[in-house]
Amino acid sequence: MKFLKFFLIVIILFPLSSVNAEENDKRNKITKNLRCLICQGQSVYDSDSEFANSLKIVVDKKLQEGLSEDQIYKYFKTKYGEWILYDPGLNKNTYILWLLPILIFLIGGAIIYKSFIVKK
Amino acid sequence: MKNKILPFSVIIIFGIIFFIFYKGLEDSKIYIPDVNTKKVIPVFNIKEFFSGENVKSSSIFELDKFYLLNIWSSWCVPCRQEHPFLMNLNLENKLNIIGMNYKDNLKNAEIFLNELGNPYKEIFIDLDGTIAIEWGAYGVPESFLIYNNEIIKKYIGPLNQKLVDEINLLIK
Repeated sequence: MKFLKFFLIVIILFPLSSVNAEENDKRNKITKNLRCLICQGQSVYDSDSEFANSLKIVVDKKLQEGLSEDQIYKYFKTKYGEWILYDPGLNKNTYILWLLPILIFLIGGAIIYKSFIVKK
Repeated sequence: MKNKILPFSVIIIFGIIFFIFYKGLEDSKIYIPDVNTKKVIPVFNIKEFFSGENVKSSSIFELDKFYLLNIWSSWCVPCRQEHPFLMNLNLENKLNIIGMNYKDNLKNAEIFLNELGNPYKEIFIDLDGTIAIEWGAYGVPESFLIYNNEIIKKYIGPLNQKLVDEINLLIK
């Protein structure tokens, strides 16, 4: 009987905790990608400032309303601009950021190819 | 010829990288909010300060009237500095000053108002700071000049005489 009770409790509690964990993971992921605007060099996740704490509440609310991660980013972008996102999209201000590594990789590759492989 | 291409291109690449990083140094890393673009005011529900009743945002702001939404708190020192200017602005009949009490202890807020005067036509409570986020605010004090459900100007930090003059000009 005791075993049955224990078994029931485990069955009841197990799915609840995993749902909670999933939501927490999502929330942490989103807040890690949001910049705390009043504390330099910290994400909302890391910060304990008034602003960051309110932002965490808003993220929770939006998740409960069923918004997706992208929709939440979009929401904050309309309120505070691109600067609040740590992962900026490709636009006219950020294209160097995105294209430079590829360009360097290609040029570097070409130099290595020319000077080491072709020489042989 | 071939030997010269390699050092030459390396120098050029490093030059470009140096230039980009150097340019990046000049940019401000501090968040500068966009204060000049007109934005439609957000929609929200909020509690009234004295009665505790829930109010819809649409019933607060009427068309064809100027509003100044002021986010304040009794624990915020700059709010104390700007309070006399709000009292002055209140003399202007055209402007309705709406207060939004940010993350405050209600008793302290009442003491603050008794001590320094109440320039607000209506006051609402934002206990967890989420409605300030709807407005795109990120601290106290912050003020929004509103006309026809649009934010025409945003003032970050305490108001001063110069800004009060500017507001008076804008609402004329």
